[in-house]
Amino acid sequence: MHKYIPNTEDDKRYMLHSIGAKSIEDLFEDIPKELRLSRELYIGKSLSEIELIKHMKELANKNKSTNELISFLGAGAYDHYIPAIIKHITTRSEFLTAYTPYQAEISQGTLRVIFEYQTMICNLTGMDVSNASMYDGPTACVEASIMACESTKRKSIIVSKTVHPEVRKVLHTYMKFRKIEVVEVDMNDGVTDVEKLKSIADKNTAGVIIQTPNFFGIIEDLTEVEKIIHENKGMLITYVDPISLGILKTPRQLGADIAVGEGQSLGNNLNFGGPYLGFLATKSKWVRKMPGRIVGQSMDQDGKRAFVLTLQAREQHIRRYKATSNICSNQGLNALMAVIYLTTMGKKGLREVATRCVQKSHYALDKITKENKFKPLFNKPFFKEFAVTSHIESKVVNQELLKNGILGGYEIGKDYTEFKNGLLFAVTEKRIDEEINKLSKVLEGMK
Amino acid sequence: MKSYDKLIFELSKEGRCAYSLPNCSLCNKELIEYIPKEFLNEEEVNLPQVSEVDIIRHYTNLSQLNYGVDTGFYPLGSCTMKYNPKINEDVASIEGLCHIHPYQPEETVQGSLELMYNLSNLLSEISGMDKTTLQPAAGAHGELTGLMLIKAYHESRKDFKRTKIIVPDSAHGTNPASAAVAGFEIIEIQSNKSGALDLDTLKSVLNDEVAGLMLTNPSTLGLFEKNMKKIADLVHEAGGLLYYDGANMNAIMGKVRPGDMGFDVMHYNLHKTFSTPHGGGGPGSGPVGVKEHLIPFLPIPAIDKKDDKYILDYDRPDSIGKVKGFYGNYGVFIKAYAYILTMGAEGIKEVSETAVLNANYMMNKLKEYYSLPIDQVCKHEFVLGGLKGDHLGVSTIDVAKRLIDYGYHPPTIYFPLIINEALMIEPTETESIETLDKFIEVMIKIAKEAKKNINLLKNAPYHTPVRRIDEAKAARNLILKWEK
Repeated sequence: MHKYIPNTEDDKRYMLHSIGAKSIEDLFEDIPKELRLSRELYIGKSLSEIELIKHMKELANKNKSTNELISFLGAGAYDHYIPAIIKHITTRSEFLTAYTPYQAEISQGTLRVIFEYQTMICNLTGMDVSNASMYDGPTACVEASIMACESTKRKSIIVSKTVHPEVRKVLHTYMKFRKIEVVEVDMNDGVTDVEKLKSIADKNTAGVIIQTPNFFGIIEDLTEVEKIIHENKGMLITYVDPISLGILKTPRQLGADIAVGEGQSLGNNLNFGGPYLGFLATKSKWVRKMPGRIVGQSMDQDGKRAFVLTLQAREQHIRRYKATSNICSNQGLNALMAVIYLTTMGKKGLREVATRCVQKSHYALDKITKENKFKPLFNKPFFKEFAVTSHIESKVVNQELLKNGILGGYEIGKDYTEFKNGLLFAVTEKRIDEEINKLSKVLEGMK
Repeated sequence: MKSYDKLIFELSKEGRCAYSLPNCSLCNKELIEYIPKEFLNEEEVNLPQVSEVDIIRHYTNLSQLNYGVDTGFYPLGSCTMKYNPKINEDVASIEGLCHIHPYQPEETVQGSLELMYNLSNLLSEISGMDKTTLQPAAGAHGELTGLMLIKAYHESRKDFKRTKIIVPDSAHGTNPASAAVAGFEIIEIQSNKSGALDLDTLKSVLNDEVAGLMLTNPSTLGLFEKNMKKIADLVHEAGGLLYYDGANMNAIMGKVRPGDMGFDVMHYNLHKTFSTPHGGGGPGSGPVGVKEHLIPFLPIPAIDKKDDKYILDYDRPDSIGKVKGFYGNYGVFIKAYAYILTMGAEGIKEVSETAVLNANYMMNKLKEYYSLPIDQVCKHEFVLGGLKGDHLGVSTIDVAKRLIDYGYHPPTIYFPLIINEALMIEPTETESIETLDKFIEVMIKIAKEAKKNINLLKNAPYHTPVRRIDEAKAARNLILKWEK
């Protein structure tokens, strides 16, 4: 007997009798003998709850969490403040244990949350329509690229080298299989090289992907980029940090056609890289090209406002191989976290968080580079991350920081060989002056 | 169910606030001193202004408009809506496991890597595969990854002609969609009368342009493909590979393994078989298991063990690359891992045995009142073809909606496409005979209602926060966000 299986041996005997079977084995007679497993699985014996907790805690003790370390690590996943109420709402079993809201009459909770999510993503990005969320930032960016190719009937995507390396890697994988060309455009002093972009973009370009703030934390100037891509009738895809949108111009204001990004910062735990959520928003005219689930408002038979999954004709369970995308889920619970985060912070709070990121990260850069041992890698306006370099190997720097209880920066040299000793530090609103001072002190002490 | 009709934006009032941030001595200067004006948005983002109490009440009210596995029986075929154990949620939120940055140095994440390494080995053992990547974020994402592996395999052998994937007409819709996204052409083949793959049809489409066959076994009808061995031999002889859609793994654990059936690559749904909650549509997790010959192509990084240390191995030249940011839906891994350890070998087998027993028990009792197009022993689910006999235009959707009034989540309806008026029922192993009996009783009651008073069904549900919704209106007159 197992605690998650209620039927007793007596129940099972009765049920077998009722269907006219002698034993459980009778029900597996249709599986040819030569295929069947004739031994027990080697996965061990059942653990009790006490043993399980002990084992999991042992594993946890082999980690060092961001609660024990002072984190200056970002590069696409950020240690922002997570309001306590998020956990309390997202662990409500009606949200947690529900399926996709196909039966709308008993799924108005999930459907309304998604409708609110869509509204908030539209308001953040300035766009008209948003889907119900996607796996993560990188895959949302891929979906946006495919959408650009479908909308323009072209087969080439340009991506800036200042876009997160992880995003570019995922993009390359997908596009290789779809036979869509991906051209990387070089960078110049930490930002997209606009002249180079101009020379590459043409009437075959379906879209250009620019991240802003980019991988190095720098706010990209999109004025020229926008003109170039639109003169060629291609689409501008911006990959944005949702927290930065508390103060920075919206993708809509920048002239973007599709806005995508990683939504982890919005109330989601770091969780060693997932589950997170990707957001994707666009203008009304491309709504039918937009992949993923969408919730719409309608009425029930009594005339009451009601919400329902809509435009399902685009989706795989109807269109099968002609679908716009194979995605058939969204990150429902993560989107709920994002909604509660944005609600809790509200328009004032989001602006305050974003402003503090700017203030604190600039303080940190000043502090770190004061002694000239570490120099800024670039000299451009940035949001919450900045890159520095020194004569010391970045790995050695991080080891020293770790000894002092600090989770150091991302080692840029892993992806950009030209910045061998580069380190990318992230400073969120959570970091306080003592922590930043400690970071700077350890760095100053390095030889 | 309670009625509640607000959206959070409608509770907003200028000046209300639900957050607090500490005092900040570094935060004196204006933004404009750091960032040029042209980058800044002068307008505030339109987000709600509410108090913490407002938020808690609003979302508690919204949650009560939902129906979860914890609310009641959820016999949604193909979705394996089993109980989601609470201890799994607890262990997944242990600080030392969840507050971990994906780019932390390896020596600070040994526990997480060990967990992933162990989980991947457990999954491989359960499925009979040689290695498993945890990277894909969902079932459909797993399919896509698996198909990319198939393509990479053929191309590594300089076999560039294989551009087609065979998919039975009974398959999940994601199968053909994923194959298309992976750049394949799709050959859809008809199932035979008993819902199985027809060997002659299969033979007629097999040639040197076929990269592989996607199969769910047991099929979406809940029936085991008796010709499995023959199918595998035929596809392999033709130079193709076999893809296993793991959606129906709950029927076979500890009894038969996809790896032993002849499959080369498969995906698991941790959110179905391995009890992790569906979260109203995600996050899921769709690890992919492969046989030896496909290992070189798995996504980077691989999680390996070297000199007693767990490492992220990026040095894999034949890899298809990355299919997702970081390493996959790790938070979901923790729960699935806890589940497998809790069940153990015997428990896992008991899961499948009981799931199959429960399904057969229900099928046997319902077939008197509902049509059962294929009457044979089923596995973990079965498909009814709507009400039996003359029922004056009552369709499956009406039965489903009426079930809601009786407090149940309806079964999957109108799928698989090859059965008219399909009602696909999957009870799972976590339901007691009492629950099954009550549901059966209600199903029979509805069948009787259909004969007496069809309006009772046609207008159902009556007791829900909203009633049947005008879907055509939603699609025609698109309202996709809240506006004042």
